Amino acid sequence: MSRTNAAAAKASTSEGLKNHFELFGLTPAYALDLGHLERAYRDIQSEIHPDRFAHAGDAERRASMQMSTQVNEAYRTLRSPLQRAKYLLELNGVDVGFETNTAMPREFLMEQMQLRERLEEARDVATLGLLREKLSAEKKHIEVRIAELVDVRHDYDAASACVRKLMFLERFGEEIDAAYGVLET
Amino acid sequence: MALFQIAEPGQSPEPQQQRLAVGIDLGTTNSLVATVRSGRATVLPDAQGRSLLPSIVRYLPDGRAEVGYGAQAHQVDDPKNSIASVKRYMGRGLNDVVHAENAPYDFVDAPGMVQLKTVAGVRSPVEVSAEILKVLRIRSELSLGESIAGAVVTVPAYFDDAQRQATKDAAQLAGLNVLRLLNEPTAAAIAYGLDNGAEGTYAVFDLGGGTFDVSILKLSRGVFEVISTNGDAALGGDDWDQRVFCWIVEEAKLAPLAPRDMRLLMVKAREAKEYLTGHADARISAKLATGEFVDVTLDTETFCRITQHLVQKTVAPARKALRDAGLTVEQIKGVVMVGGATRMPQIQRAAGEFFRRDPLNNLDPDKVVALGAAMQANVLAGNQPTGGDWLLLDVIPLSLGIETMGGLAERIVPRNTTIPCARAQEFTTFKDGQTGMSFHVVQGERELVADCRSLARFELKGIPPMVAGAGRVRVTFQVDADGLLSVSAQEKTTGAEASVTVKPSYGLADADIERMLRDSFEHAKEDMHARALNEHRVDAQRMIDATRTGLRDDGTLLSSSEFSSIEEKINALEQILNTPDPRAIKLASDALNRATEEFAARRMNASVRRVLTGQKLSSLDA
Repeated sequence: MSRTNAAAAKASTSEGLKNHFELFGLTPAYALDLGHLERAYRDIQSEIHPDRFAHAGDAERRASMQMSTQVNEAYRTLRSPLQRAKYLLELNGVDVGFETNTAMPREFLMEQMQLRERLEEARDVATLGLLREKLSAEKKHIEVRIAELVDVRHDYDAASACVRKLMFLERFGEEIDAAYGVLET
Repeated sequence: MALFQIAEPGQSPEPQQQRLAVGIDLGTTNSLVATVRSGRATVLPDAQGRSLLPSIVRYLPDGRAEVGYGAQAHQVDDPKNSIASVKRYMGRGLNDVVHAENAPYDFVDAPGMVQLKTVAGVRSPVEVSAEILKVLRIRSELSLGESIAGAVVTVPAYFDDAQRQATKDAAQLAGLNVLRLLNEPTAAAIAYGLDNGAEGTYAVFDLGGGTFDVSILKLSRGVFEVISTNGDAALGGDDWDQRVFCWIVEEAKLAPLAPRDMRLLMVKAREAKEYLTGHADARISAKLATGEFVDVTLDTETFCRITQHLVQKTVAPARKALRDAGLTVEQIKGVVMVGGATRMPQIQRAAGEFFRRDPLNNLDPDKVVALGAAMQANVLAGNQPTGGDWLLLDVIPLSLGIETMGGLAERIVPRNTTIPCARAQEFTTFKDGQTGMSFHVVQGERELVADCRSLARFELKGIPPMVAGAGRVRVTFQVDADGLLSVSAQEKTTGAEASVTVKPSYGLADADIERMLRDSFEHAKEDMHARALNEHRVDAQRMIDATRTGLRDDGTLLSSSEFSSIEEKINALEQILNTPDPRAIKLASDALNRATEEFAARRMNASVRRVLTGQKLSSLDA
């Protein structure tokens, strides 16, 4: 990216579309109307996507590509419960600190270990399906809790601990997917 | 040649003349070209009225190339020079080519991409593909009566960066202006969706001659959003032929075959496979060069048995695509079948069983990809879209990453990320006083770099000496709307920069392409000059028109000095437009372009705000 592009990109963000929520006309909050998000995403892409500018001049083509990239990134972040939570905490000046802060409640860790043991022992798709159901119920539970901590109580430190749990669960989900891959081949 | 339309400054020109653009399906077995005429997508036939162009290129001793049916007719008597299924070699090294021993060619191992030795010299798969594309370009120009503004060329969704880049190079080599590389299943979904006014979540099951893709798309209010894609870039109808070929050799107890007989039996194998789609058994008889007669009969049961593992290979990608989309089979509204190989009853059965519903076969599986590509080309050329306003949102099929310590691949852009996209990651120096950092860009889902595809290597130099871990380098991956990657790296404290547009290492640089283009055009120098002049003029005029429209619609976003500075550049360009100097036009265009960068960015912002305002209004209504 040349310097002029960077300047243009900066100008485009510095004019009021300050964060991912504003980009979609949303108020920053964890509980989100996903239907509204999806509609806004599609409507905005319909206006600014590079396909709309394929026949335009270089400047417009590049501006469209940058805006479209930004909109995709914002949508990806907000759509994911984990990424949205991380992003919201960052907006509120809280670093979730996955790298440095790995201290987790003992009880939670025990539970995680048990889940992983069950995953290792799983020999059929049905067992994996059960694990996935359990995982998704647990994720829902934590998401409700994060919504309350962030949106109602504004207790970002407590929310941060929940987000770390969610991160663990997300990774566990990836491990389940990998296990499906192994069983299926 | 179209004349320029003159419009008053500040006014939009009259409704633009239709800009002709085509969609090209560059297939393993057959290729097609289609365009949108009077609002309808149609396949352009050759002078004999044939839509398909067999993807076979035969090189002659005088260096010429014969393409299509003519080459097909000679594939048995001239197997080494008649290249079929070249798509399987695009962006592939010799090690990657499956069944090389059963292909009657003289392969040459070359860095990055395998090459083929022919009577006309050594040819790369890019050059062979360019021959096919050139025939289609000429076909379009002849049947449309003028030169085409550009083309959308389709690629299998599961093609990696090297294969995509090779395809784009081939198109450029064929003298095509590539508007976009488009994923084949996505093209099919466009054609299907617009034809049927489909809404909901659909799967596209695309088994071609050499590649298999399965994509899951959400169709809603004119937006085609690809949610996930998966596949096998080395699985296609060819593999079924291969199995039948091996069966014939075994059944008839044949000794190792000469290239000619190999190709003959391969053709017979393909015919038998196609015959079995509508019949219980197929008789295969042939007279070999050795004088031996082959006479065997293949029944459906045997055919299914010897190809069962191939059918099975389609299941895992389908399952992965569904899982990546976070969906269950019940949530899929329909399964659109694409590609000639989906005619096989066992494939229909397999797709039906997996998705638990009857597959949709109401489109010609050979043509649907080219038709969808034509619809997209029409939109990209700036014409009125067919079937109302619609937009396509596609994804990258394979994760992109960087090699880290211990030969592990660190994922930076995960698969199924919507494009265009950009993602950055920070890396730190690991030695005291380290002044350089080298990067290895890889693509694939495996953890070990050795199991991924290597895309490019580059180095960042000029890092100031610091203690280990203090130097921080930010690596940015940018994937454009064609799914092509560029990577840049920047050291944070000094701003030292290095970047690379990922170009596979098969040695076709832009300059090479330009040279080959020049060689391949039978034009005199003046023609090249005229062509360049014309192109620059058309581009410049387009930019002038677009900028004026922009100033008229959104001029309020500019200060009066900014406004007049842009106007000045427009006038300067306009004055130079009629000089016969392509370079001067290019320079003035570039100047206008630079002057409008900031304006363009502000306009995008304004567009987003307009959408949001509209949304608020409509939600008040609700």
